[in-house]
Amino acid sequence: MTGQSHNRTSDSPLVAVKDLSVRFDVGRAGFWGGKRLIVHAVEKVSFDIHPGETLGLVGESGSGKSTTGRAVLGRAPVSEGQIFFQGKEISHAGKYQVRELSRDMQLVFQDPYASLNPRMKIIDIVAEPLLVHGVVKNIREAAQEVARLLELVGLPPDAGARYPHAFSGGQRQRVGIARALALKPRFIVADEPVSALDVSIRAQVVNLMQDLQSQFGLSYLFIAHDLAVVRHISHRIAIMYAGNIVELADRDLIYDTPAHPYTRALLSAVPVPDPPVQRARQRITCPGEPPNPLHPPSGCRFQSRCPCATQTCRDAAPVLTHRRSGQMAACWNC
Amino acid sequence: MTASPNIPLLEARDLVVNFYTRGGVVQASRGVSFQVDYGQTLGIVGESGSGKSVAVQAVMGLIFTPGHIEGGDILFKGRSLLDPAGRKFVRQVRGKEIAMIFQDPMTSLNPVFTIGTQITEVLRHHMGMTKDQARHRAMELLDMVDINAPEKRLKQYPHEMSGGMRQRVMIAMALACEPQLIIADEPTTALDVTIQAQILELLADLQQRLNVSVILITHDLGVVAQLCHRVAVMYAGRIVEVGDADQVFASPVHPYTKGLIRATPRLDVVTERMVSIDGVPPDLISPPKGCAFFPRCDQAKKACSRMQALIELGDDRHVSCWCAAKENGR
Amino acid sequence: MTQPRTDTLEQALAQNRFEWWDSLQELGRELKRDKPGLIGVILITSLVLMAVFAPYIAPHDPAAQDLTARLAPPVWYDKGTWNHILGTDHLGRDVLSRTIHGARVSLWVGAAVVLCAGGFGVVMGLMAGYLGGRTDAFIMRWIDTQVAFPGLLLALIILAVIGPSLTTVVVVLSLNGWMVYGRMTRSAVLSIRQSPYVEAAEVVGCRWPRILFRHILPNLTSPLLTLAILEFARIVLAEAALSFLGLGIQPPATSWGLDVAMGKNYMFMAWWLVTIPGCAIAVTVLAINLVASWLRLISDPQEREKQYARHMAGVMRKKLHAVLEKEKTPEAP
Repeated sequence: MTGQSHNRTSDSPLVAVKDLSVRFDVGRAGFWGGKRLIVHAVEKVSFDIHPGETLGLVGESGSGKSTTGRAVLGRAPVSEGQIFFQGKEISHAGKYQVRELSRDMQLVFQDPYASLNPRMKIIDIVAEPLLVHGVVKNIREAAQEVARLLELVGLPPDAGARYPHAFSGGQRQRVGIARALALKPRFIVADEPVSALDVSIRAQVVNLMQDLQSQFGLSYLFIAHDLAVVRHISHRIAIMYAGNIVELADRDLIYDTPAHPYTRALLSAVPVPDPPVQRARQRITCPGEPPNPLHPPSGCRFQSRCPCATQTCRDAAPVLTHRRSGQMAACWNC
Repeated sequence: MTASPNIPLLEARDLVVNFYTRGGVVQASRGVSFQVDYGQTLGIVGESGSGKSVAVQAVMGLIFTPGHIEGGDILFKGRSLLDPAGRKFVRQVRGKEIAMIFQDPMTSLNPVFTIGTQITEVLRHHMGMTKDQARHRAMELLDMVDINAPEKRLKQYPHEMSGGMRQRVMIAMALACEPQLIIADEPTTALDVTIQAQILELLADLQQRLNVSVILITHDLGVVAQLCHRVAVMYAGRIVEVGDADQVFASPVHPYTKGLIRATPRLDVVTERMVSIDGVPPDLISPPKGCAFFPRCDQAKKACSRMQALIELGDDRHVSCWCAAKENGR
Repeated sequence: MTQPRTDTLEQALAQNRFEWWDSLQELGRELKRDKPGLIGVILITSLVLMAVFAPYIAPHDPAAQDLTARLAPPVWYDKGTWNHILGTDHLGRDVLSRTIHGARVSLWVGAAVVLCAGGFGVVMGLMAGYLGGRTDAFIMRWIDTQVAFPGLLLALIILAVIGPSLTTVVVVLSLNGWMVYGRMTRSAVLSIRQSPYVEAAEVVGCRWPRILFRHILPNLTSPLLTLAILEFARIVLAEAALSFLGLGIQPPATSWGLDVAMGKNYMFMAWWLVTIPGCAIAVTVLAINLVASWLRLISDPQEREKQYARHMAGVMRKKLHAVLEKEKTPEAP
């Protein structure tokens, strides 16, 4: 069903997503409210994540990558399809089950400046998961554990006594990671964790996440729009476009031998920081914009921008099929 | 384009800009000097807090309370833009001969007016055109920035357009008065990668066709590599290295430039782990007396506690580093 | 501010226990810079002290009648005496004492109504904003209906049932005044709810009471405080109006509004009976507005910075002129 990864063990996947579709009802069109407006955010997405593995989920704005991440955590409504965690179905989990699951699945946010409550001290922020799930009775008991978590992410333990505004973006993101680790989860969804950080700081956070993964056997769903950042931390990468996964492959295969035209266009659009090399590159143009999520086209959603679109592409939407060992793509023409 | 080619189009000399806050005086710009020649693209690269946006905001007169231009000068075609006596000249230059494109096209366009109204307003105000002339020119401009169906687009509102389209409209508005210099402050940071590539190609094409000079502010070295002839690297309110883009990328001299290039991941080079620069940029409220990069530098020496001015390494290359001075025997 | 490097978290926490005192001192410095705000705070403090210590400050008992000294003018008139500095009313009661005691009523009613109406309105707003759906729709419709209902009519109905008194005034004004808190709180909650840190709290597993009171409410305090203070001013005026109409405080108790009402009949003979309590109302409301305006300024970080910068600009401008004069050299061609 999914590509092979380098170091995955033969046990069953930690997280399994099958034909997930997420649609949002956003009201009605027309004066009398005749037609229902539905945003097709995610359409028939499937992937597995094994213990200790990172799946990089790459896409541009409107690709549905963030919605997919939220759906896996139970924070977006599942319209169709199923989500499994450790073998149990959690697609339509109630509030109570979602709370229980939060001990095993956590989220790291994109914006380090907005994801920490400005009126809470760092120790309160990091200890909150412990308090809420009854692991400790009050903040005093949590101090020891919080100091350990802060040191784990590379912050001095006395940072707990200060407020978020005293810290830089990179340091705040580390606090966010410490908070996510508090309950010792097995799976973390990282929603563009380094997009808002400076280039020279990004590596610090990505390397930290890699180290934590090898230390604790964590699994990540690493959502990003930057193919270059995702490379280091991912074992496999899924490329999303307009709600579909268009390619899912082992990391090196994506960069060396991309199959889907969109993947190729994406790779050629990222500029290389080397003027002569960049000048010599041929960019694969895909003019135009992503389709309107309210009215997606029939057939392949990339048809309007694809250099090799044919009538088959307009008639029917392609599905993910194996190209070679460890690589799947959804395209009729490649 | 009729002035003497020996005078740079825009020159900033020792620009000092301070921001007075309750926490202290933030020295955002601590003696910044750069120049742009006719038909050239200068890329100013820096991370957040380096002062890159502040420098060009000073050029465009966008420094408001609590900011204050404390010292230095900005010369456009040899005449000062900061001279209180030359206000008429400055008003004519800003917006007309120097145009600016901002980062977020969502908030830079007025949401209650149509695109047509916004572009024609610029034309009628600065170029004195009539309504019909302005409309005709507006369609020409939209065509120049590769927007299809310009007739239809003129009647649309900003929220009806995508991010890439809005940025093209901003570029069209910037071109409306036939400027000689366009300042683009992170024009593609808020856009998707494929749209970014389209916009950068458009800018390169326009730059060649119309022979405008461009100052491009960005934090992305890839963007600089694609578009710029020369590059200036800023750190903690100062320019630490400036020179021809090819040369700076091929053989960076300043340790910060080296670190930045190493930290930028490349698709064509495989590394096991990402490289970062340890530490964080200094607090600009009390910047260090010597080289601001000293605590993070792997080539630091005792002499670095004294500030080094930009030294010329020949062939239009300047670096602010003691180690570079040593290497060149100065 | 440098602090010695601490090894453990507990030490750092203990050290930071008193940082609230530092921020209070900082606020005090800011207040000194803002003259209108300072005046407002001084006036309000004086009013509160006057109200609290009224029995000790007032020269006479406000209810003591002295029919021999009816309608005595204030002291600066020929017929005025130092015994009654601001004159007396038609029953010989000292105007100054009545005004000082009147402050008690006005401030007490203001505080009580703000607490009751504010408390109820904020809770309603929190529920509407956070729970959404039917709860939100129901509460909003309730607010819309009550806002449309004429307040004076409500006052009359309740008074007909209960009878006029200080308690009735508080009840009536609270019933009429909670809606504005509800609406403001609801819109603030709706916007704060979208913040990533609230979403983070939900992901971590917090239940909705904790999210409401630990995450959302603390970030509401600035706009709420400003609203409460402005409402305070409005309540002072409203109480005066109700008492003026005879629906509020009844004699022999004193209230500024009541005094204005009783002095109305003697307005052309003894102008001080209307003007003195009227001025007291005006000064109180003005002081409250000045304080509210200053509070709004300091609760917005950007405005706070601009205020500081304007203050510094004056200082710097003088310094700059001196420096520029020294440095003036001809420009290069």
